Amino acid sequence: MNEVAEHQGGGHAARSTYWLVALILAIITLLEVAVFYVPFLRSAVVPMLLVLSATKFALVAMFFMHLRYDRPILTVILSTGLMVAAAIILALMLLFGALRLMTPA
Amino acid sequence: MSAHVTTFGIPNRKMAMWVFIGSECMFFGSLIATYLSYKGKSVAGPTPAEILNIPLTSVSTFVLLMSSLAMVLALDAVQRDQTGQAKLWIGGVIALGGLFLAGQVYEFSHFYHEGLTLQQNLFGSTFFVLTGFHGAHVTVGVIWMATLLLMAFRGRLGPERSLDVEVAGLYWHFVDVVWIVIFTVVYLIQ
Repeated sequence: MNEVAEHQGGGHAARSTYWLVALILAIITLLEVAVFYVPFLRSAVVPMLLVLSATKFALVAMFFMHLRYDRPILTVILSTGLMVAAAIILALMLLFGALRLMTPA
Repeated sequence: MSAHVTTFGIPNRKMAMWVFIGSECMFFGSLIATYLSYKGKSVAGPTPAEILNIPLTSVSTFVLLMSSLAMVLALDAVQRDQTGQAKLWIGGVIALGGLFLAGQVYEFSHFYHEGLTLQQNLFGSTFFVLTGFHGAHVTVGVIWMATLLLMAFRGRLGPERSLDVEVAGLYWHFVDVVWIVIFTVVYLIQ
């Protein structure tokens, strides 16, 4: 094994795993569209879509970006960026009144 | 070609790409925050419910997801020294990325003819800036993939250059995960 390969950090999944992950991603996308169009799911559409979207995000990051097999520091770097992004979204939505945590009495 | 490594045992360029991806999370987080903050505050139409084409965007989303599959298979082929397959999969990434961009160009021009412009309302401003920046990232990715394909055709994309493909792949997959969020937040949650 040459120097580059040694230092890339961990192994990668088998090709069959990549195809399986792609199939699951396609199925989740179909589910998302189905949830959007099914009328009786209207009340639960937001949490359902957020969970499905987060699942797709995690699958791509873990398997296609190899975080599952790579050094934990890379997961820490991505998680930190995501947490700051979430904080920015929350702060701006509160600032612009798009999200209300407290209502006046 | 030897790669310089960080104290974590990770090549410098790979670490740099991950740090860049971390910063890009904040960049797109800001754009998504702005979109959500102004959501439903447009005083003039068209509104998202009137204009967004969910079937078209669902197909675009599927196309981009499959481009990520092609990307990871291209990396696998390069690492196994299967240059023919590497060319095929990198070509697949370019084709699927191009198809996604074509869909976005069609969507933008359709919206323009329907009266939604960058200045029309708050929805138009935040929508075009968010999805436009994402499209710009996809365009950079397609150009990057084209350089890798050129390297492959010149016989310069063997296993010793797999780090180049891995770093490009990380960028491509990040563009994909950003779209996963945009598809849900902008198109499906109206």
